[in-house]
Amino acid sequence: MSNERKKHLQNNAFKIWAIFSTSVGIIMLAILLIKIGMDGLHRISFSFFTDLPSRRPENAGILTAWVGTLWIMVTTAFFAIPIGIGAGIYLEEYVKRGRWASILEINIANLAGVPSIIYGLLGLELFVRTLHLGQSILAGSLTLALLILPIVIVSTREAIKTVPNTLREASYALGASKWQTIWFQVLPAASGGIMTGIILALSRAIGETAPLIVVGALMYVPFTPKSVFDSFTVLPIQIYNWVTRPQAGFLINAAAGIIVLMMITFIMNGTAVYLRNRWQKNVRW
Amino acid sequence: MEDEKKITSISDKIGLEKSDELSTGFPVSIPNKESHMNKIHSKAVHCWYGDFHVLRDINMEIKHNTVTALIGPSGCGKSTYLRIFNRMNDLIEGFRLEGEVTIDGKDVFAKDIRINELRKKVGMVFQKPNPFPKSIFENVAYGLRVNGVTHKKFIEETVERSLKQAALWEEVKDKLSKNALSLSGGQQQRLCIARAIAIEPSIVLMDEPSSALDPISSAKIEELIWELKAKYTILIVTHNMQQAARVSDKTAFFYLGELVEYDDTKTIFTNPKKEKTQNYITGRFG
Repeated sequence: MSNERKKHLQNNAFKIWAIFSTSVGIIMLAILLIKIGMDGLHRISFSFFTDLPSRRPENAGILTAWVGTLWIMVTTAFFAIPIGIGAGIYLEEYVKRGRWASILEINIANLAGVPSIIYGLLGLELFVRTLHLGQSILAGSLTLALLILPIVIVSTREAIKTVPNTLREASYALGASKWQTIWFQVLPAASGGIMTGIILALSRAIGETAPLIVVGALMYVPFTPKSVFDSFTVLPIQIYNWVTRPQAGFLINAAAGIIVLMMITFIMNGTAVYLRNRWQKNVRW
Repeated sequence: MEDEKKITSISDKIGLEKSDELSTGFPVSIPNKESHMNKIHSKAVHCWYGDFHVLRDINMEIKHNTVTALIGPSGCGKSTYLRIFNRMNDLIEGFRLEGEVTIDGKDVFAKDIRINELRKKVGMVFQKPNPFPKSIFENVAYGLRVNGVTHKKFIEETVERSLKQAALWEEVKDKLSKNALSLSGGQQQRLCIARAIAIEPSIVLMDEPSSALDPISSAKIEELIWELKAKYTILIVTHNMQQAARVSDKTAFFYLGELVEYDDTKTIFTNPKKEKTQNYITGRFG
């Protein structure tokens, strides 16, 4: 085979392999969505959202599940956001560059990769048992907050890094203190990136199942929580619960639940992408 | 007379202290006008960035209400020297200074100096216009806000006055809430000047303020500097020698960290005493 022909074939082979690799992911997602849609779309109705769980699949709904998810999300955000942003500001604006700073940076990045079940075990020991919070929303949220903290910290740092030094200089030159400069100039300028990071962190938290099971989210919760000290369940756990039941009706419910969960995830990620695009357009240095 | 009254009220509002008829801000007594009063003084100043000896033995005295140009080839320490006076070099790691720098008799590097107070009195305009990504109004108001001014009417009046002084008012008075980044380069730089003079500093440091601008904007800035001279003391670093000749009263020629010659602008450009100066201004190097 001539050299020219060989090069031509290699070129094409590579292109075909690249297209194939991309398609695999998309096709898998499409198959999942179509199967789930066929199984569960017809089950979605107003009553599905407002019914309590029940022994009979036709009457079982996700009310306690999505209300529990809401409680968990809000409480997790309440803890993770201020602490994460604060840590990000401290690491980016106050810590001197050097060996200690690098060690901190590596450790936080590593925390993001720790398996979520380990956070569950930590939460069980620390929040549920030692601090006597019991198997409550508070314990679950604190556990999830720890889990998503590295994501918030890293996004905050990345967003702050994009703020050019000339902005800080201009602020200092007018007599502003370090804190005023951060609060009035750096944070507002970095807000788009920080918000994107928060949304991505929360959308990760919304799907977490293992740590919440360990911390004690219940499988069968026939009531909606009234305070952060109540027991709870969340959407992924409710889905898991239904999948383990033998009746075919529950499998349909599970499929419907998955559709709801995916819709929420898509909306959150879509919002994050939209916000990021808007922010990048607005901010021209 | 109207303006005099307004200046007094601004000084009171942001807690400046007045001495003599110049609001220099440093609380000083005035025994003898010929002494170190009313002057910016550098004595045996040396500066280092880490091991790099960037300024050597600078001795210079600048009188108030003058425009002093700092000229010289790139990298000769002009910007470093400029940034001493509002201690912006403190933001650079590894910076060290020896010698004495005083403004109206008060040591700029004294232990009890509050840097925020110093920067209120010594303003700065940077080489590349760096307006905040906020509205035009908020840009000019920022300096007042961070220094504790909250009175809405007062802020509005000060913003208008500063924009007028910076010869920008007519062009932006109908769009004060528009984002400052939507202005042209020349307008942005005039906005930065307005922002700097809004807090009524007594000294304005300009680091190549028109080098990033087109000739027409450049000329407007020069006009502005000439007008500001009546109220402020201005130090301007410039690469453009014609600009230095047009705009300044005195000129200082820096070469490789040393102050080669410092004299009246007219003398420097028509009859310099040192040969290096002569060579530089005739373009033989740099």
